[in-house]
Amino acid sequence: MQKSLHINPELCTGCVQCELACSYDNEGVFNPSKSRIKVFKFHDEGRFVPYTCTQCSDAWCQQACPVDAITLDAATGAKVVNDATCVGCKVCTIACPFGTVNYNADTGKVIKCDLCGGDPECAKACPTDAITFIDANWTGLGKMRDWAMKTDAGAQAGA
Amino acid sequence: MAWTEKILRVDLTKGTCTDEALNMEWADQYLGQRGLATKYIVEETDPKVDPLSPDNMMIFATGPLTGTCTSTAGRYSVITKGALTGAIACSNSGGFFGNELKNAGYDMVIFQGASKKPVYLMIENGDCQLLDAAAHWGTSCWDTEESIKANHGDPMIRVASIGVSGEVGVKFACVVNDIDRAAGRSGVGTVMGSKNLKAVAVRGTLGVAVKDGDRLWEAAAAGKKVLADNAVTGQGLPAFGTQVLMNVINETGALPTRNHTGSQFEDAHAISAEAMAEPRASDGKPNLITNAACFGCTIACQRVSSVDRTHFSVKDRPEYQKASGGLEYEAAWALGAATGVNDLDALTFANFICNEQGFDPISFGATLGAAMEMFEKGIIGTNETGGVELKFGNAEALCAMAELTGKGEGFGAELGLGSKLLCEKYGHPELSMSVKGQEFPAYDSRGIQGMGLTYATSNRGACHLRSYTVASEVLGIPVKTDPLETEGKAGLVMAFQDATAAFDSAGVCIFTTFAWSAEDLAPQVDAACRGEWSAERLVETGERIWNMERQYNNAAGFTSADDNLPARLTTEAATSGPAEGKINGLAKMLPEYYEARGWTPDGVPTNETAQRLGL
Repeated sequence: MQKSLHINPELCTGCVQCELACSYDNEGVFNPSKSRIKVFKFHDEGRFVPYTCTQCSDAWCQQACPVDAITLDAATGAKVVNDATCVGCKVCTIACPFGTVNYNADTGKVIKCDLCGGDPECAKACPTDAITFIDANWTGLGKMRDWAMKTDAGAQAGA
Repeated sequence: MAWTEKILRVDLTKGTCTDEALNMEWADQYLGQRGLATKYIVEETDPKVDPLSPDNMMIFATGPLTGTCTSTAGRYSVITKGALTGAIACSNSGGFFGNELKNAGYDMVIFQGASKKPVYLMIENGDCQLLDAAAHWGTSCWDTEESIKANHGDPMIRVASIGVSGEVGVKFACVVNDIDRAAGRSGVGTVMGSKNLKAVAVRGTLGVAVKDGDRLWEAAAAGKKVLADNAVTGQGLPAFGTQVLMNVINETGALPTRNHTGSQFEDAHAISAEAMAEPRASDGKPNLITNAACFGCTIACQRVSSVDRTHFSVKDRPEYQKASGGLEYEAAWALGAATGVNDLDALTFANFICNEQGFDPISFGATLGAAMEMFEKGIIGTNETGGVELKFGNAEALCAMAELTGKGEGFGAELGLGSKLLCEKYGHPELSMSVKGQEFPAYDSRGIQGMGLTYATSNRGACHLRSYTVASEVLGIPVKTDPLETEGKAGLVMAFQDATAAFDSAGVCIFTTFAWSAEDLAPQVDAACRGEWSAERLVETGERIWNMERQYNNAAGFTSADDNLPARLTTEAATSGPAEGKINGLAKMLPEYYEARGWTPDGVPTNETAQRLGL
């Protein structure tokens, strides 16, 4: 089963444990600024939204790369940057409509989410299940279940 | 490792910024943050220094765990000689500033001297500059944070600043970071203002390395599980925040009301967590929007609230209709029960103003309560208050006085003295509910006996965050003790004081201690820091820190006579609830405490104790 990251902003508290996990797994130190996932805080509305690459099937970043440094990991569906090939031209950062590919000035390469090879650390670190790693074909299942329950609520109450 | 082993020394008189190696021998003995910064102050300053003189040092300090994956490990403290108390002050804040400072390459920043003109410090990955703050002086913490980010074109900058209250000398001014997190008590923001330092702005992307990252990851995961499985840290605090306590403490008969004239508030429910969750009539929305977390925190107790748009305090003022930091228990008590005000929106608005202009809602609310008692007794009148009917329960007066105090204007300038100086000024020092000049927080020590000893012996003046025996006496953590009994409280207070000093110094939040003992923290410190860190070593470090703070205060001129409570609590019995007829039994507990501490009957650590702790 192919899985994908699923984000539910309503559950996010903004603790950035996902950023700590991501940066530690990728960089070996705790450094939110090097995280592939970012939590955005909309303070005046009281909202927190984790955001990262959704691994497009037909990926803008992959199409734009002039040296084919971004390839598909067939096992996970992730679009993965090959550091040995990447020349740091940043064209993929322009091509990505969502901003989830970013340049790392310390290495001269771009960084993006690679799903940690199929076991994403951010999802494991999230204390509230705002980030989960679930069946890619049924990311809407939870919401459907919630609404399904409401759909039948009237009939149940009347019974 | 864990420590960056680098500190920044800023001489505001000379206008210089200098990097220095952290004294690692001291780090081994005092861990970080509260303990380590206090050691620098003890070694480098005269304890008799005037808190507002350039010779007083002020330190922004992180702990070794700050910036790591340990739950809640994003904290920093501001350590100095407190403007409100004249005692050692250490005010701890969450949000995202502490981890940013660590990521910028520093364990701590030492400020000495005073600038001739307003400046702010900009730190970016080890590059440090003092910049002109003329444009920010006279503006709020909120405006300062926003304009510094805009001026530098970087929304990721973290800012800790003072508001107008800190500039004009309100004695209980805070340092506010991330809009609504604060190093709140003892007037650390007042000291910052006296140095003409408006803000510290930080951008850090260097990362935090530790001794054994994989082992820390595992130890931190175990710690997070303990927090998640605990009823207080896993359920109560995320759902209700610290406000979960309002009804509980009221029922315990320990909710000080109307300047401690009572110990139960008849309208406690109206200002409680439960009330914050109830839909209001005007728009059907509750006061509480959501909970939120500080850096790395898996508890997430923070409240995010809004004021009803039709409420008198925010009507036609859209800047206050947005979501912002909501009421925590201590603030709700001080702004509410201590003043007799039962209007949740008024309390929320006053709390916003405290954050906006950077002043401590506990000392403000408690001082206002004292002023209200003086007003009702005819000691002051509308001549003094600028025409305001300063009666208990007056919500309009609460909001007006919050705004005046934030700017140090009108009667707000007098409230800004704090209750001790204010009550002395009008000839009634007995009406100040304070110890060492700092106002009590939200627990009446007639109903929770251990808190009387906690307040009397706290090294930073009356405070619940130096030994939270409420956990044991009311909540049964780690073991239940009788809140009305004095027996055994000396040892209890001592154990809480030492553990708290260690947790503070590690860089984690004290709320972890609802679930964690030193046994839970030690593996995390041990994985991160050089050397070997057991639970015993942590607690002994806490004891060393506590005794060092005591020695500083003694050298500053405090004596056992200052380990005291206002006569109201030791001579006037509580009139209702489970504590009815009770006074606080400090006279019995204090000598027991001195003895347990290894101090003389005058409250001075004996030579033997000092030597045992390496002091």
